[in-house]
Amino acid sequence: MTKTIDAVDAEQPVKKPLRITELLLSVLAVAIGSGAYMLSGLGMDQPLEAHYWIQLGVMFALAIAFHIVIRLRAPFADQYVVPLALALNGLGLAMIHRLDLVPPGTQAANNQLLWTVLSVIISMALVWFIIDYRHMRRFTYVWLLASAVLLLLPFLPFIGMEIYGARIWVNLGIGSFQPGEVAKLTLAIFFASYLSANRDLILLAGRKIGPLAFPRVQDLGPLVVAWLVAMGVLIFQRDLGSAVLFFGLFMAMIYLATSRLSWIILGLVAVGAGGIIAINLFPHVEARIDGWLNAFDMDMIYAEHGSHQVVQGLFGLASGGLFGSGLGEGRPDLVFAANSDMIIASLGEELGLVGLTAILLIFFLLITRIMRIGLSARDAFGKLLAAGLGCAMAIQIFVVVGGVLRVIPLTGLTTPFMAAGGSSLLANWMIIGLVLLISHTANRPMQAGPMVNASGIGAGTSVPGQPVEAGERK
Amino acid sequence: MSELAITALRFGLLALLWIFVFTVISSQGRSLQIARPARLTRRKKKTDQDVSSDTPPPPTRALPTKLVITEGPLAGRTIPLNGQPLLIGRAQDAGLVLEDDYASGRHARLFPQGSRWFLEDLGSTNGTFVQGNQLTRTTPLEPNVPVRIGKTVMELQA
Repeated sequence: MTKTIDAVDAEQPVKKPLRITELLLSVLAVAIGSGAYMLSGLGMDQPLEAHYWIQLGVMFALAIAFHIVIRLRAPFADQYVVPLALALNGLGLAMIHRLDLVPPGTQAANNQLLWTVLSVIISMALVWFIIDYRHMRRFTYVWLLASAVLLLLPFLPFIGMEIYGARIWVNLGIGSFQPGEVAKLTLAIFFASYLSANRDLILLAGRKIGPLAFPRVQDLGPLVVAWLVAMGVLIFQRDLGSAVLFFGLFMAMIYLATSRLSWIILGLVAVGAGGIIAINLFPHVEARIDGWLNAFDMDMIYAEHGSHQVVQGLFGLASGGLFGSGLGEGRPDLVFAANSDMIIASLGEELGLVGLTAILLIFFLLITRIMRIGLSARDAFGKLLAAGLGCAMAIQIFVVVGGVLRVIPLTGLTTPFMAAGGSSLLANWMIIGLVLLISHTANRPMQAGPMVNASGIGAGTSVPGQPVEAGERK
Repeated sequence: MSELAITALRFGLLALLWIFVFTVISSQGRSLQIARPARLTRRKKKTDQDVSSDTPPPPTRALPTKLVITEGPLAGRTIPLNGQPLLIGRAQDAGLVLEDDYASGRHARLFPQGSRWFLEDLGSTNGTFVQGNQLTRTTPLEPNVPVRIGKTVMELQA
């Protein structure tokens, strides 16, 4: 064969990721999750009945199915993302099941298992059916519209629901759904698509004031959109956590796109202004911050909307100590929302500092993998999308865990993959699906095809052998 | 199940969690590494002499300027290239018109990219051969490498 362009350019052949690593790690992850599930039953003096084995079988089947789907449709995808997510999902299921067993007993774990199956299937469907994720960037404003619709759904009559003062749920008849969780995804796609198209414009235009280059006023559009979304969520939905998440996502993504410090400064000014307005206008925001600063104040603990929940969580964590009380042997049920917002405190109590650190490390590893995928992506859209989704997850975990540990005020965000609630699970597994697609596209080898622009105007000016990816999926 | 067994399982679970974490970290190995940017500057003092003796001289960066026909009806002819793409074939509008029944109308195309010329076969009937190998896709063409189209053999020269 002649020495062709691809032979010149692809000096270092792409190493195919080891799929067997993924399989083994997935099995280990299922073993951890379902082991914890059984152990929590044993700790609560339950006999190991059929449903424990069914749970194990379902999780195992999901792991194997995902592995097969990746082998068939995205063989170059990252091999760590799925096992890490499976481990977190399994541990969450175990803790939810353990809290179900507290008399009078609930059925949240079965529901969660159902949602897990559904979410993983949807995630697999994304990997299977999306031929090229880069097509998503064409519909920039459709994603913005979708985000707006999702965020407005809870305000519709009949299906909108208000729970504990936050209007972020919709009633689907079969259960409640939190559309804001999915909006996180659509907003990330919108920002990635907008910024990958307009990045250069935002970067080039602008005034320089001192060492900082500020953008033009007309380029502030996306910032205004993000700020409005965050403030709207805060004011109308009374959901501080989501507001922080949406705005943090935007800030992270625009900083990733432009690496301009001025955006962070502008954003912080906007947040400061919004925060002052919110504290002065809305009593619930002020109460939250008050309850955070004076959490251990006796009056505050027993006040309505007081700090009882956080303080109970902290006592739970303290009683867990280094190695934890063991699954089923502590009292995490004393905390309000122990299986959703406060699941980190529940896990910390029963698995101890050692276990909680491992869980946080798994989150950390998952985020580093997603960031790594962002780094390896070849197109700006994929880079921004992966990195943005990673940042969103990082922000979400910081807000939740920080809230539970009283580093920041407690807000009602879900712990990804762990907290009871289908919408969060669905959104996060969809993120996994997208990230797998991005990494598959990034890692698969390039192959130079025949020149398309054979002759005529502009011939010879185009890059010869414009890469055409091998293994193009049909 | 006995208290002891459950306690053992408890610690087993914690151990398994950490085994999982460490397996993920250790098996990542070098995949976390980001490709090092190619070193642009040559290491100076140490290799100064070695470069001249061992390694071949770095390829000339200048674009070859002419195409010389070595065999065939037009042998001895030199076509100046001027950095412009050149169409080779039997067609009258081609840059190099070959009077050859074995050449197609629009046979091949030679075009510059950076410091090199690239040769592309435009779907000819009888093919284009570089050093005896038939072209299957666009290929960079080095100077003094014979290219055969029909009965004509040509090569690039600086």
